[in-house]
Amino acid sequence: MSYFRDVGALARKDLLLELRARDTLPAMLLFVAATFVIFHFALPGAPSRLETSGLLWIAILFTALLGLGRAFVPEREQRTMDGLVLAPCDRSTIWLAKSLATLAFLAAAEVVALPLYALFFHSIDGTTVAAVLLADVGICGVGAFLGAMAVATRARDLLLPLLFLPLAMPIVVGAVGATVGPPVVSSPGRYLGFLALYDLLFAVICWASFEYVVAE
Amino acid sequence: MGRTSRIPLPALAVSSLVLVTTALAFVFFVAPNDANQGFSQRIFYFHVSIAFAAYACFIGGAWKAFRHLTKRDPRADLESYVLIHQGLIFGTLVLLTGSIWAKISWGVWWTWSEDELVLFLVLYLFYCAYFMLRFSLDPGPQRANLSAVYALFGVVLIPVSFLAIRLAKEFLHPRVFTLHGPSFGGWILVTYCVAQAAMLVLAYTLYRLELSGKRLDLRLRRLREVLV
Amino acid sequence: MLTARRLGKRYGEKRVLRRIDFALPRGGFLVVTGPNGAGKTTLLRICAGLAQPTEGRIERDATRAEVGYLGHEPLVYRELTALENLELYGRLYRVPERRERIGMLLERFGLWEARHERVASYSRGMTQRLALCRVLLHEPELLVLDEPYSALDEAGAELLDAQLAELRAERTVLLATHDPARIEPLASGALALAG
Repeated sequence: MSYFRDVGALARKDLLLELRARDTLPAMLLFVAATFVIFHFALPGAPSRLETSGLLWIAILFTALLGLGRAFVPEREQRTMDGLVLAPCDRSTIWLAKSLATLAFLAAAEVVALPLYALFFHSIDGTTVAAVLLADVGICGVGAFLGAMAVATRARDLLLPLLFLPLAMPIVVGAVGATVGPPVVSSPGRYLGFLALYDLLFAVICWASFEYVVAE
Repeated sequence: MGRTSRIPLPALAVSSLVLVTTALAFVFFVAPNDANQGFSQRIFYFHVSIAFAAYACFIGGAWKAFRHLTKRDPRADLESYVLIHQGLIFGTLVLLTGSIWAKISWGVWWTWSEDELVLFLVLYLFYCAYFMLRFSLDPGPQRANLSAVYALFGVVLIPVSFLAIRLAKEFLHPRVFTLHGPSFGGWILVTYCVAQAAMLVLAYTLYRLELSGKRLDLRLRRLREVLV
Repeated sequence: MLTARRLGKRYGEKRVLRRIDFALPRGGFLVVTGPNGAGKTTLLRICAGLAQPTEGRIERDATRAEVGYLGHEPLVYRELTALENLELYGRLYRVPERRERIGMLLERFGLWEARHERVASYSRGMTQRLALCRVLLHEPELLVLDEPYSALDEAGAELLDAQLAELRAERTVLLATHDPARIEPLASGALALAG
């Protein structure tokens, strides 16, 4: 139980920091809206539902990357990671709290992005919303983990997309499969199941190995 | 420093030379011509055996990474890195031979319909990022840890990506080519096994060679430090 | 409390520490001195548990919760207030009667008036005082202090003198400084690192 109290304290800190600085969430919102506009001009003719569902996922993935790139910036700029590592709590709480905070920002951006997508392109069904939720968990879990790795390097922000995109390929498959739905895909549930499997698998790995990312 | 029970490097080099020569002889002179594609289909033997050697390197690299994280084996970090380096070299060859094979079979230099090839492209990008990560960190425990953790992500990514690529076929509708390696049996199987053994021994030899070079370099630098 | 045997540390090819031996008994006060680049900070980071030695051994008879570490960085968030920072650490360290303890420390270090201001608006000296509050918050058994006097004005330094004198009786202290004269009377031992 104290594990989740620590996670709560750390995530609260991240939300508080965002509330003070107010830079990540507005940036994500603007970015996703601008991306939709670019998509409109990048797609000649009237794009089909199939094509735009792929675009939705590109937009979500890159918006998430924008937020994830900022995730460990307070720890990096103010070098507070040592303070968190020294604290007697389990180190994986740092990863889980950061994942949850990023998840909150991404979900908030999507609350605006999904209706906007429906307005600009095609309507959205319940399966897509379920896919968004499941994919968000995977994106933020793995992304926050890799974000912690990237800030430790010299290349920093440059490295995160390179580390993340190959690992995000399965998420895109599961999410797009669930979004396109019948008749192209016979059972979208299979794709949701795949996303859940991905989330579970990588959550366990991240949880078990985060200690080695922040401590010698 | 090295383990004494290991096979000496010259013996390894000789055996890999013999095996690779034998494999070449089998591929060009023993294996029968393919009914559909004729002589040039023989690149299949190299493509598949190199791919498995690359997988072996990636899995070996992850195993060494696991040893580093759990046992704090001081040699494991370098061993993991060298194995993944070899895996990446073999991976480049997989993409090259795969591209040639696609040209022979379908007249195009790239095809998305071959699962193995697509998987290798994803893995290739993943392990290139591994190198970016490693070269962006100073030598030390942190570099060893981060590299090891990322290498472990790699072996999880292999089956997950494979599953994803299989799933994606349903909605990506690639042109379907009903072509695969020759049906196994007789000389085809023997040739494949010889080629596979040759590639695995070659990979191991190159691994040991690079490792001993790197270790020598390290010892030399320490020696110089002591002298200074 | 702390025992180092033939301790060594290298980062890749660079050797930072070599063959360090010392024993710091419970209740002891060890002063580490040496010129810049002698490895004081690295040694203290190893003693605090932030780094692992590459050679030799370190034995620490204290859990993570019982160590208080003051480094070059204050380890506080600049966009949070002093109170919010200490609240965060108080929760993570499960400090009993957190509010009272935080209030008492802020009062003692002269930060009570500024407790609702963001740390970004603090002067360097005030930030260092806040860092000291953070270190003392969970009443650590072992204090590892790296140049604690840096950035403190005379009033702040005297405050720290008094605090250290009080702690001297019941806690174990490892302190790195380039000005050993100041804490000479408190020290029970000294370790000089060669450059």
